[in-house]
Amino acid sequence: MSDTLHIQHGVASHGHSGEPHVHHHKETFISKYIFSMDHKMIAKQFLVTGIIWAIIGGLFSVLFRLQLGFPDQSFPILETFFGRWAEGGKIKPEFYYALTTMHGTVLIFFVLTAGLSGTFANLLIPLQVGARDMASPFMNMLSYWMFFAASIVMLSSLFTQTGPAAGGWTVYPPLSALGLASQGSKSGMDLWIIAMTLFVASQLLGGLNYISTILNMRTKGMSMTRLPLTIWALLFTAILGVLSFPVLLSGLVLLMFDRHLGTSFYLSDIFVAGQALPNEGGSAILYQHLFWFLGHPEVYIIIMPTMGLASEILAINSRKPIFGYMAMIASLMAICVLAFLVWAHHMFVTGMNPFLGSVFVLLTLLIAIPSAIKVFNWITTIWRGNIRFTPGMLFAIGFVSIFISGGLTGIFLGNSTIDIHLHDTMFVIAHFHIVMGVSAFFGMFAGIYHWFPKMFGRYMNNTLGYIHFWVTIVCAYLIFWPMHYQGFAGMPRRYLDKSSWVSFGQFHSLDAMITVVTIIVFAVQLMFVFNYFYSMYKGRRVRTQNPWDATTLEWTTPIHPGHGNWDGEIPEVHRWAYDYGKDGRDFIPQTEPVGENESSH
Amino acid sequence: MNTSIVSEQQHRKLHPHKFALWVAIASILMMFAGLTSAFIVKSNQAGWRTFVLPGIFWVSTVLILASSLTMLMAIKAFKSRGMRQYRGLLGITFLLGAAFVICQVIGFNQLWNSNVQFKGASGAGQFFYAIAGLHAVHVIGGVIALLVIFLKSIAGKTKSYDAVPVEVMGMYWHFVDLLWLYLMIFFIILG
Ligand code: HEM
Ligand SMILES: [Cu+2]
Repeated sequence: MSDTLHIQHGVASHGHSGEPHVHHHKETFISKYIFSMDHKMIAKQFLVTGIIWAIIGGLFSVLFRLQLGFPDQSFPILETFFGRWAEGGKIKPEFYYALTTMHGTVLIFFVLTAGLSGTFANLLIPLQVGARDMASPFMNMLSYWMFFAASIVMLSSLFTQTGPAAGGWTVYPPLSALGLASQGSKSGMDLWIIAMTLFVASQLLGGLNYISTILNMRTKGMSMTRLPLTIWALLFTAILGVLSFPVLLSGLVLLMFDRHLGTSFYLSDIFVAGQALPNEGGSAILYQHLFWFLGHPEVYIIIMPTMGLASEILAINSRKPIFGYMAMIASLMAICVLAFLVWAHHMFVTGMNPFLGSVFVLLTLLIAIPSAIKVFNWITTIWRGNIRFTPGMLFAIGFVSIFISGGLTGIFLGNSTIDIHLHDTMFVIAHFHIVMGVSAFFGMFAGIYHWFPKMFGRYMNNTLGYIHFWVTIVCAYLIFWPMHYQGFAGMPRRYLDKSSWVSFGQFHSLDAMITVVTIIVFAVQLMFVFNYFYSMYKGRRVRTQNPWDATTLEWTTPIHPGHGNWDGEIPEVHRWAYDYGKDGRDFIPQTEPVGENESSH
Repeated sequence: MNTSIVSEQQHRKLHPHKFALWVAIASILMMFAGLTSAFIVKSNQAGWRTFVLPGIFWVSTVLILASSLTMLMAIKAFKSRGMRQYRGLLGITFLLGAAFVICQVIGFNQLWNSNVQFKGASGAGQFFYAIAGLHAVHVIGGVIALLVIFLKSIAGKTKSYDAVPVEVMGMYWHFVDLLWLYLMIFFIILG
């Protein structure tokens, strides 16, 4: 292993000698596929782990949707699989809460954070900035293995006697702090905290590497303003993560103290089963502040990478330069800064001082401006473009559509007066699933379809890709659009059974429809997974170095790049990443020197 | 074989490892900022209990300040190729760091015996254990790193005069030192 590292170093430091050092060392199975320090392999590891988690997390939602859609029905098959968690074929309340909690945790953190950033930051940063590998390949490997350890711990919590954590993905105390209070606050909760601690460590190691690689390891000529927007997006994502995850950690440390050492950081005047607890003077709101100080940046950690991916894919497949490159960077930066200043919009109804609330309303609504700038620029980029509707492009366009739909509902929620009515209703579920869940998945799918040729030297199947896209976008709207109406009517989120409210009776058939659509869309995602693995081995081979006629550096590497990426020297960069349709030429690679009478952009 | 990961044109810039450490420091600072602001928020609420800092924490403060000084001198010695001096100073830094951790533990014990404990009502003491404890964990990490580079320098295999690893170590060490000063002042004023 250290051998790999040294050769890697040799390569980097002799970058200009022109000799291909890359293939000198023999790689064993273990050093190539398991404890790999090659950023491209680590990216694939993150992606495959993310896919496995996505299947698990998605399956959880199918299960609890069964309960929500068909509350009176029993499904004996559930008892076959889950035993006492689904006695008589009906999902037990504890099971239901465990399912929703794990669904949220897994998809937000393990899939859309680690699976998404882990994949594309690792794959694209060195390739697009022109580096042999990350600043520290070893730390990069460690980042994956920390994530893997977190995965194992989280997975094992599913199999404990009392089940996994079950207080919602936000694990608010006092519920999460008191093992006495519920099944899901017992050992499953400890495992949740341990897993998340490992997860944060993994994110920090990764983030450190991403930032220092982008800022320090760019090839000759690659100034910051020549970087593709993917890299800018990944940079701001990493900055957000590095500065906000530690705050979550501090909140979790105090939670552990409260759980096991009897402290009262979050606990005060609590009765459990008629017994008064000795805790005094704690404040559950304190946890919410610490949590949402991460929690809000976290949602942008999820969406920003996909903004970068979409920008890139939209420009390439419209054969037009990205519109407003500088504005795109500025708006990413504005989002990054504002993301730290709006966390309390998740806490409007915690008894916050209304004056303070109005400050957060203002800051929250300000985020709509950079978001709108981005949307405007994406649309202008494809406007009158020479559009190639590849599956990647369709998903990128879908991403924009869905991001708009979900962003608009954010403006409702951002007004504290409206939020009093909508907080903790299905409206919030609709808002964040559309703006974050579905659109981040669309961005991720776009990225996978688009960079699959670089990852595996093969294409994914297009027909399956088109089916995947159309079914998914229709189903996503069918599932989440009606939830807005449920929310307006006051239907609470996270409730197992709403049959005691007569007024929600009107939603029975709607809920059943949503559940059926969920099952369909889940099946289609499995088809995507099939496409992915099938194409890995049997897909159409990539025959040219640059299959999409793109300008960026990753397409100047061999079709199957080795560890070190370029056989010879790292190419020098002479222009920005978006010279499409310029001076009558379809595209001009970044490596081509600027011609004498070339027009400037 | 050149063991530096930087190419010619990058030599003028900050070394990536140092840069990464700066980012890591920012990250660790955020954690302590989170904790100390939690403290401030809580200290304004009813039922808050304060505590008196045991005197031994002054001793540990002096120890860690002194260790920063020896670390500085060690790096200077390293750069002027005074390897024997360097090893000696590094060893002293390590010992001072270890002594700091021991003093912290003694201090925690004294505090515990003066009835500032985990059970029951919330207060400054509970925060102190959590915050100073987390700081101690960071110092222990540094002490282990010091031990590793100390042993490496004794083992004598390294003919390397590359100052970067030592400088990175020094940066981290000064950071935990300054962090402790901040926490000490924080708890004196607000504790
Ligand atoms: C125009 C921009 C946006 C505004 C004004 C906005 C506003 C809000 C507000 C006020 C809430 C709290 C609702 C409540 O709990 O009562 C909320 C929830 C949420 N938002 Fe947004 N949002 C915006 C965009 C986004 C984006 C881009 C994402 C993710 C990529 C996102 C993800 C979330 C999530 C995950 C939650 C719910 C967390 C939970 O309670 O479980 N939002 N949003
Ligand atoms: Cu938010």
